[in-house]
Amino acid sequence: MRGPVAVIECVQEIPCDVCGSICPVDAIKVASLCSLPELYEEKCTGCGTCIPICPGLAIFLVDYDFSKGEALVSFPYEFLPVPQVGTVVDATDRLGRSVTKGRIVKVLEGERYDHTLVVSVAVPKEFAQKVRGIALPKGE
Amino acid sequence: MLRTDVAVIGGGAAGLSAAIEASRLGARVHLVDENARPGGQLFKQIHKFFGSHSHYAGTRGFEIGEKLLEEAQKNGVETLLNSYVFGIFGKEIGIIENQMSSKWLEAKAIILCCGASERHIMFPGWTLPGVMGAGAAQTLINVHRVLPGRRFLMVGSGNVGLIVSYQILQAGGEVTAMVEALPRIGGWGVHASKIRRCGVPILTSHTIKEAHGREKVEAATIVALDENWNHIIGTERILDVDVICLVIGLRPNIELPLMAGCETMFLEGLGGWVPIHDEDMETTVEGIYVAGDCAGIEEASTAIDSGRLAGVAAAEKLGYLPGDEANIMKAQIRKTLDDLRGGPFGVQRMEAKRQLIQRAKTLRAGPDE
Repeated sequence: MRGPVAVIECVQEIPCDVCGSICPVDAIKVASLCSLPELYEEKCTGCGTCIPICPGLAIFLVDYDFSKGEALVSFPYEFLPVPQVGTVVDATDRLGRSVTKGRIVKVLEGERYDHTLVVSVAVPKEFAQKVRGIALPKGE
Repeated sequence: MLRTDVAVIGGGAAGLSAAIEASRLGARVHLVDENARPGGQLFKQIHKFFGSHSHYAGTRGFEIGEKLLEEAQKNGVETLLNSYVFGIFGKEIGIIENQMSSKWLEAKAIILCCGASERHIMFPGWTLPGVMGAGAAQTLINVHRVLPGRRFLMVGSGNVGLIVSYQILQAGGEVTAMVEALPRIGGWGVHASKIRRCGVPILTSHTIKEAHGREKVEAATIVALDENWNHIIGTERILDVDVICLVIGLRPNIELPLMAGCETMFLEGLGGWVPIHDEDMETTVEGIYVAGDCAGIEEASTAIDSGRLAGVAAAEKLGYLPGDEANIMKAQIRKTLDDLRGGPFGVQRMEAKRQLIQRAKTLRAGPDE
């Protein structure tokens, strides 16, 4: 059982190395300011510290073994209202399309998150690498 | 006549950084800004910034503004606020204070940090209320907590457009579409991904054809473009929008540098006409420096560092810092600027800055004997 692992979806060389500085176990290396971040998966403890700090909101956490049928996907979230634990939601992919239903399992916030919540949604395992968010509530 | 060592005009990221550096090194510094509070573009930036630790990466823009302001105050920078610089005559700066009275400031060195202005495109209906620059929408939303409409069309896909679109979504607005004339997204992938995850369509090779409405924007027609930038007849679509944000690029504010006699050069990679400056950020007029976006359209991180560089150089020129120490500090800052201009998004700017500095050298050397 592996537990949660970071997934870094930062694929362009832009001047930024915050994730490399923040990882408490040195599992992320950014060779120079514009280098792509490199994740050493075996070192990653899945603590999720990198998720709220990434200015590009490009880091996620995937726990493939969350439960018998579900994976847990954690993502940065900067919208109101704050999602409620237990709610069933439309889980969305990288194009904002609802691909499955999910269940909000955890919502992390606090001073060190600086208003970037980390929301964890349980989805059927086959959506672990597709789901990267939840549908925004519709406006009035 | 007020007299000072270093006058910094414009109190945004570059100006504050220049003022802090020069003051820290012992110069008497006056920072002049037309607003009630310095900070420039920083105070409406609610997103976390990029860069490295020394650029306050991971910190939200407005908090970077607050930190810089605190540093400036701590280091004894004197500020002239609500002060609009209407002209520079030699080293004398003409100021209108509070839109009422005039004041003169004489400095031994001047650092111009005037920033940039938005470009615009024209199309039928562009004067309807509801058509605005993305910067204006950002100020309304982030500073004044006012949503200027419900459904937005964004014209331009550079970082500013992508970031403002995200902030419109955060404020509860809908971004109906983003159109980009180029066949590719102009800004960073991570910014585009944020809004794509929210379902915002980004239509490359598209532009706005017309804005419709009687007294304000009610709809917009967008159209596809061919490889020669011509509208493809028959691809028109009407979108139900009430705000059209134009965000197609910035140009350096070179009015004061021109007035001060600085030579300029046209460089596409830096946003158009740019004041020529050397590797100390000094222009073709001795004692006048430039920093930030008015020296070329870049980012907040380069504004901070180019400001620092100009501040150190000005303090050195006035004798507050011995040459060898100054060279070490300046070399460090230049290295950081090079790092920031690495990667594919920095190539054009890196080359353009090289050309600027080369031209400054050539002009300094004078015509061949």
